[in-house]
Amino acid sequence: MNRFDYVRAGTVAEAVQAFGSDPSARFIAGGTNLIDLMKYNVEKPGRLIDITRLPLNTIEERDGGLRIGALVSNADLAYDDRIRSRYPLLSSAILAGASAQLRNAASTGGNINQRTRCYYFYDEGTPCNKREPGSGCPAIGGVNRIHAIFGASDACIATHPSDMCVALAALEATVQVTGPDGDRAIAFADYHRLPGDDPAKDNTLKPGEMVVTVDLPAKDYGQHHTYLKLRDRLSYAFALVSVAAAFELDGQTIRTARLALGGVAHKPWRNLEAEALLQGKPATRENFQAAADLIVAEAKPQSENGFKIELARRAIVRGLEQAAAGTPQTQSDKRIQ
Amino acid sequence: MATQISPASGRDTFVGRAMSRVDGPAKVTGLAKYAGEFAAPNLAHGYVVSSAITKGRITAIDAAAAEAVPGVFKVITHENRPSIAGEAEAYQDMVAPPGAPFRALYDETIAFSGQPVALVVAEDFDTARYAASLVRVSYEAETPHTDLEAQAGSSYDPPEKRDGIKPPPEPWGDAGSAFDGAAIKVSQQYRIAHEHHNPMEPHASTVVVEDDGTYTVYDKIQGVANSQLYLTNAFGLKPEQVRCLSPYMGGGFGCGLRPQYQLFLAMLAAQDLNRSVRVVLTRDQMWSFTYRPGAVQTVSLGADTSGNLQAIRHDALHGTSQYEDYQENIVNWSGILYGCDNVELTYRLAKLDTATPGDMRAPGAVTGVFALETAMDELAYATRIDPIQLRIANYTDTDPVEEKPFGSKALKACFRQGAERFGWSKRNPEPRSMRDGKELVGWGMACGIWEALMMESSAKVTLTADGRLEVGNSTGDIGTGTYTILTQIAADALGLPMEHVTTKLGDTDLAKAPVAGGSWTAASSGTAVMKACRDVAEQAFKLARGLEGSPLANVDFERVVFSKGRIEVAGDPAKSVVLTDVMRQTGTETLEATGSASPDKDFAKQYEAYTHSAVFAEVKIDEELGIVRVTRVVSAIAAGKILNTKTARSQILGAVVMGIGSALHEESMLDHRLGRFMNRNLGEYHVPANADIHDIDVIFVDEEDKANPLGVKGVGEIGIVGTAAAISNAVFHATGKRIRDLPITVDKILAA
Amino acid sequence: MLIESGSPGADARIGITLTINGEKREIDVAPWTTLLDLLRENLDLTGTKKGCDHGQCGACTVLVNGTRINSCLALAVMKDGAEITTVEGLAGLAQSQGVNTLHPIQEAFVEHDAFQCGYCTPGQLCSSVGLMNEGHAKTREEIREAMSGNICRCGAYTNIVDAIEDVMQGAAR
Repeated sequence: MNRFDYVRAGTVAEAVQAFGSDPSARFIAGGTNLIDLMKYNVEKPGRLIDITRLPLNTIEERDGGLRIGALVSNADLAYDDRIRSRYPLLSSAILAGASAQLRNAASTGGNINQRTRCYYFYDEGTPCNKREPGSGCPAIGGVNRIHAIFGASDACIATHPSDMCVALAALEATVQVTGPDGDRAIAFADYHRLPGDDPAKDNTLKPGEMVVTVDLPAKDYGQHHTYLKLRDRLSYAFALVSVAAAFELDGQTIRTARLALGGVAHKPWRNLEAEALLQGKPATRENFQAAADLIVAEAKPQSENGFKIELARRAIVRGLEQAAAGTPQTQSDKRIQ
Repeated sequence: MATQISPASGRDTFVGRAMSRVDGPAKVTGLAKYAGEFAAPNLAHGYVVSSAITKGRITAIDAAAAEAVPGVFKVITHENRPSIAGEAEAYQDMVAPPGAPFRALYDETIAFSGQPVALVVAEDFDTARYAASLVRVSYEAETPHTDLEAQAGSSYDPPEKRDGIKPPPEPWGDAGSAFDGAAIKVSQQYRIAHEHHNPMEPHASTVVVEDDGTYTVYDKIQGVANSQLYLTNAFGLKPEQVRCLSPYMGGGFGCGLRPQYQLFLAMLAAQDLNRSVRVVLTRDQMWSFTYRPGAVQTVSLGADTSGNLQAIRHDALHGTSQYEDYQENIVNWSGILYGCDNVELTYRLAKLDTATPGDMRAPGAVTGVFALETAMDELAYATRIDPIQLRIANYTDTDPVEEKPFGSKALKACFRQGAERFGWSKRNPEPRSMRDGKELVGWGMACGIWEALMMESSAKVTLTADGRLEVGNSTGDIGTGTYTILTQIAADALGLPMEHVTTKLGDTDLAKAPVAGGSWTAASSGTAVMKACRDVAEQAFKLARGLEGSPLANVDFERVVFSKGRIEVAGDPAKSVVLTDVMRQTGTETLEATGSASPDKDFAKQYEAYTHSAVFAEVKIDEELGIVRVTRVVSAIAAGKILNTKTARSQILGAVVMGIGSALHEESMLDHRLGRFMNRNLGEYHVPANADIHDIDVIFVDEEDKANPLGVKGVGEIGIVGTAAAISNAVFHATGKRIRDLPITVDKILAA
Repeated sequence: MLIESGSPGADARIGITLTINGEKREIDVAPWTTLLDLLRENLDLTGTKKGCDHGQCGACTVLVNGTRINSCLALAVMKDGAEITTVEGLAGLAQSQGVNTLHPIQEAFVEHDAFQCGYCTPGQLCSSVGLMNEGHAKTREEIREAMSGNICRCGAYTNIVDAIEDVMQGAAR
C-alpha cells in the first residue's frame, strides 16, 4: 500500500474541496474495494478523503420513490423495511453479493464505484490497459472464463462485479452526484461505461465528482421480480451470469419488462429491444426464450467463456419465469426456483 | 518377534470416546499463537518482492527508492545477501524429492513465477510493504513452458525415485492382450486441475535472535525437526544453536511439510542484520510454492460380462519443476484395490516452469483413485452391475502387488453400513431417472484407500509428585487433534484425569518425532507416548510394591491397572494404592521416561496395512442451468481403532469438504503464455464456502488391526480419497453426462 | 475539515480513540494502517487473524459497534471513536451480560468441534456473534449463507452451523 494524505471531511463541500483537482485523490467510505486495490498496488491514491462522517446515511421518501444516501451500507439498504417491501429486487441483489461482513462495511456509493473484475487488472506483474493504458490486454486469449461476452473491446474484456448495480439498472435508478462544477443527475444506464479504447474509466464520473444519493423511481416492481445469480460456488463468489428481472403484469400480459444482466459486461447489461419485445406479450416461456435469443445474439465469446452465452440465455429464461410467477429467488435457498 | 506389550497399563476411559480438544479454549479465546505472531524485542519485518516473470534472469534491481524510505533497514537481494551454503544438497530437507532444491536469492536465475527476488526488511510491516512496492526489478525473460499436455512429449520415468514413494510395480499378467480380449471394455482419459493447499494461515516465520547468539525460530511447519535440519545445513549452524517451534499451525494439508522460502529469508535477514526478523507471505504468494500437480491419466478396464476384472491399465502424467522430480503415488492404488490377473501401471513426469509441486492431502490417491473409481462406475454401467456389487465381485483380501494379506480390511462393512445409512437400495441406476422439482438427482459412490503408515517416533513423559503428567514430542498438531489424542492416551495409561495431563508439541527441545503428515501421527507418536507412559507406570508400580505393607507386594506389573489416580489389582480394586501417595511416601519428585516407537517389522513381513472407505454422494443439479449442489455425503471409514470419535469425525468431515472442493471448485488457472497462475486469491480460487456444504455423515466401522499396539491406522487422508469420484459418479447418474475433468464446473456440465 | 493529516511522510500519525474490548485507548496511528494490522502488529491482539488481507476469507472479522466487518479492509484511522470487539473480548462481552465464563459461542465451538487448526476460528466466532446481533438468519440454510464470508479450509462448516444453532436455541429458551 502506498502512502497518502488523509483528510476527514465534515461536509460534502469540504469533501469536494479536499479533492480539488488532484487526479490521484480518492474518496473513501467502506473501503472494501479501494483498500483491496491499494494492497495490490493497483490504486495508489496520493490523498484519501474519508467521507464516512458526511450526512449521507439516510433513506428518505422522495417523489413516490426512495432517495438512498451514498453512505448507507449495503446491509442497511438490503434489510431496510421500505426496500424489502417495495424494492425487493434490490434487497435480493444486494444479499446475493459478497459476504455479510463486506455488506456491513460497503457503502451504496462505493458499490457503484467498485472497479471491474479481471485477474490481470489486479495483477501488477502483468500488462493491463485499464491499469496501464496502452500496455495491452492479456486477458484476451488468456485466462478469461469469467470475462465479458457483451460490449467488450480489443482493449478490455473485464466485467463489472456488482450485484446491486444490476438491480439498480433494472429499476432505472438515478445517481445524484456533486463536484467542482456543481450537482448533476446521471441516469443509471449512463453511469457505467463500456471499455472502448479507454478502459481506464469504469464510469462517467468527472474528476472530483462524488456520489451523493441514488434515487429509486416510484415504480418498484414489488410483485414480479427476481435476482438470479449463477456462480462457481454457492455463495461468496462473483457472478458468472446474473439476471435481474422485473415485470408489471396485466393478468398474464406483460405491461412492462425490465431485465439486466450481471457478470457479462463492463457494466450492468441491458437490452432495451428485448424488453420492448416482451411488452404487451403474454408471459410465456416462448416469449422469454425469444427475448433471451435476441439478447445473446449479440454476445461475443472469448477463448474460454463461450459457455457464458448459453448460460446467460438459459438464466434469462429462468429469471423471467421466476419473476412472472412471483417466485423470486431467495438468496439463502440454493435450490434455484 | 518384537516385544509384545499390552495395549495400555491403564484402561480405556478417554480413548475411543468423543473428547473435546484440549487446545480448544486456547483457540477460541485467541490465545493460541501461530508462527507469525510471536513478539521479540526490536523485531524487524520482512516483505517479499516476487518475480513478475516466470523464466529468465534478473538483469538489474533498483532498490534505492525502497532503501530511502525511513524505517527500512535493508533490501536483501541475490547481489548483496550474506554468504550462504553453495551446494544444493545443503538445502535438502527431510522430505525433499530428488533434485536440487530451490535456493531463494541465490542468483539471478528465475525458475518460476512469483519466485522471491528481494526481501525488504523494515522496522514495521507497513513500511516493509510500502518499500517493497518501490523496488524495481528488470528481467530478461524467456518463453515459459507450463502446459502439461504440451510437454507430454518430453515426459520421462523419473530416474531417481523419491524416498518413501513406491514406484509403480512391475506389470503382472498381460494387460494388453487381456484388455483386447475382454468382453467389456472401458478406456478413458481423466484430468484433475492444479490445486493449491491454501491453509487459512499464510506461511510465516519469526526468527528471534537471543542474547547468547542462538536462534529461536517459530515456523509454519508440520514438523519442527525439518526446519531445524534445513536451517543448520543451509546456514552452517549446529542444532543447539537453533531451536524451532510450531505450537500451533493454521492448517497444513501438506504445504507445511517442507520448510518454505520465508523461513530461509527470515534467517538470512536475521543473520545479516543481527536482529530478530519475521517474514509473513501474502495470500498471493501462497501460489509461489508447492501445489497438487494437475494430472492427465488414462484408465483402461477390461472385464467379463459378470464384471470380473480381466485387465487394468492405469497411466499417469503430471508436472514437476525444472529442478526437482516430485513424485507421488497415483497409479499403484489400481493394483491394490481390486484383484486382477493382468495389471500394468505407468507413471511419468514432465518438466514445467513452475515451483516444485508437493504433497497435498492424500497426495496421489486423490488423483489416481478419482480416475480409477470413475472408471469403475463406467464399468458398472457397461456391465449393468450395481457399483457396490461390482466392487465386491473384484474384492481382494490380499494385496496383489506384495502378495500379502491385509492386516485388516473392513471395506465390506463400509459398503454395508454406508449403503444402509445413505439409502442406496432405493437408487434407480438409470441416469436421469431421479429428480426433485427442477433438479436432477444423482447418487454415486466410490471407494477410498490410503496407506496405514507408521514412522519412527519418540516421546517423553514426566510424572510429578502432585500426580500431574507432562507429555511431549516435536511433532505438530496441525489441527488434527494430536494434542488431544496424546493427552487421552497418556491419561488412560496412567489412570489420570485429562486435566492432569499437559501435552507439549512442536518444539525441537522435546523428544524427536517425525513431521505430521501421511496420517501416521496417531500410530507413531501415539505409540511412543503409550510406551513412555507404560515405562513410568512400571517405575511407579515398583515404588508402590516396595512400600511397607503394600497391597501390591506380591503382584506382577501385568496384573495391575492404573485407574482413577490409583494403582489397583485388576479385578480386585480393593487392593490399591493412590499414585500420589506412592510418590510422596517414597520421596519421589518426578518419574520420567522416553518411549520410542517404530514400525513393527514382523507385522510388515506378514501383512499390508491400508485404510479404506466407501463414500456415497447425492447431488442435485438444476437441469436447465447446470448448477450442482452436493446435498448429502455419507463416508464410511475403516481405519482401525478410533482414538477420539469427535476429532476423528472432524478429520473426515474436513477431508470430505476438501474433496467437494476438488470435485466442483478448485482449480489454479495458468496463463501458459505468461507461465503464471492467474487466480491467486481466495476470491477467484474457490474453496467450498459454508453454503456449499450440506449434510455429511461419517461412519467409523469396527476394525481391529495389529500393525501397532494402539490398533490405529490414521484418519487424516482417507476422508478425501474417493470423494471426488463419488461426486462425479453422482453427476453422471443425475445427468447422464460423464465428466472426467475436475473440477466439474458449470461450463463442463453445459458442454457435456 | 475535521482532520487533515500532513504529508504522506513516514511520521504522519493521527491520534484516534478506540474502545477495544471495553477498554478506551488513545492511539497514534498511521493513516495507511488497517484495523487488522493495528490490532495484530501494534496492540499485540493477535487473536484476530490475517488469512488473505483482501476481504476474501473472513479470518479478520471483528465487531465494530456490534457489527461484523473485515478488519483487513478498514483503515484504523477511519474507525476513530468506535467500539471494537475482538475474539479476546468475547468472554468479556459475555461477562458484561452476566455470563461468567467464556461466551456461549466459544463454549459451543469447543463442544461441537467447530474448528481444527483454529486459524479461522476467531473470525468465525466474531462473525457468529455478529450474525446473532443482526437477527436475520434463523434457519440452518440461512445460517450457512450468512456464515459464508468465513472460509474454513479445515472444513468444519457443519460443526460451525451446529454450534451457532445450539447457541441460538439456547438464547431462545
